[in-house]
Amino acid sequence: MLNYIWIGMLIGGIITGIINGRIDEVTKAIMTSSQNAIELSIGLLGVMCLWTGLMGIAEKSGIIKGIAKILRPVIKLLFPDVPKDHPATGAIVMNLVANFLGLGNAATPLGLKAMNELQKLNKKKDTATDSMSTFLVLNTSCIQFIPATIIAVRSATGSQNPTEVIGTIWIATICATTAGVIAAKLFSLAYAKKAC
Amino acid sequence: MDIVKSLSSYAIPAIFLVVLSVGLYRGVKVYDVFIEGAKEGITTVVKIIPPLVGLIVAIGVFRASGALDLLIYAVRPVTKIFNIPSETLPLVFMRPISGSASLALVSDILKEHGPDSFIGRVTSTLMGSTETIFYTLAVYFGAVGIKKVRYTLAAALIADFISVIVSVWICRIVFS
Repeated sequence: MLNYIWIGMLIGGIITGIINGRIDEVTKAIMTSSQNAIELSIGLLGVMCLWTGLMGIAEKSGIIKGIAKILRPVIKLLFPDVPKDHPATGAIVMNLVANFLGLGNAATPLGLKAMNELQKLNKKKDTATDSMSTFLVLNTSCIQFIPATIIAVRSATGSQNPTEVIGTIWIATICATTAGVIAAKLFSLAYAKKAC
Repeated sequence: MDIVKSLSSYAIPAIFLVVLSVGLYRGVKVYDVFIEGAKEGITTVVKIIPPLVGLIVAIGVFRASGALDLLIYAVRPVTKIFNIPSETLPLVFMRPISGSASLALVSDILKEHGPDSFIGRVTSTLMGSTETIFYTLAVYFGAVGIKKVRYTLAAALIADFISVIVSVWICRIVFS
């Protein structure tokens, strides 16, 4: 898909540039943009290193496991199909906490493990269960305690206050997650009725 | 809405304090672990350089040619209904599809309009509160061989849509 979007932007842009008589601007954009990309990447380095470094400490000191313990009751509520003390619960919690802390590298393997465990509980192996759907909705709308990447981009583009959006991001994500979970639960009820 | 602003100010110092104290209490060699973790940050950034170069050039061409203005003009009737700044709409569509392309778009928008402008703040909030839905679904479902995803995509897109609406709304309230 990205193939088409990329080529569409380039070819569409160049053709529009010819029609608009802005071909010099297009040429200039090609040269400066590639430089901008590198400048942005260098600008990102500082915040990203700082953040992954700090999160390394969080991982080593067992903070993930600590938060996971607190979250367990919530998980039980959201995943009623998963039996008590099933390994899926642990993997789900750990994945969500890793997401919450913005530990992308740790989150994916834990998420895959959770999916594997949920698949073991699945009776129809090619069809998603309600728990899987809820889990993925949580994953695609999960709140991040510190949205490090966007803070890094803001500071790289010269913001006076790169972190001022943390609060608004939290509110937007909390609303989105809530809406997503409610939607998933309503859909699952509707699907269950259809199956009867 | 001052509370939202102070949340933003305290979040980073607070997490430093908590992580470092717990690390110290648990006897973690905090500095060494920090350095080890920071190396990971470099790898992450270096990995996204090639896609960023490709995508930022494409977006740069798209903007310089006037094609982006045409697109923004064309979507204005839609964005008016939901009261979303039209400049952010390309991001709204790109976000569920590709993380790196969204990052490239965000940097383009922030450069053009300024990170501290209203458009810049909405863009930042949007980027921070949404995820690459299609990619995540493909990876997770693909890994265990699920073909029928049932309502998962619909529910994820509903969450995404709510996040867009709330982002614009909350930025209007907090930053004006």
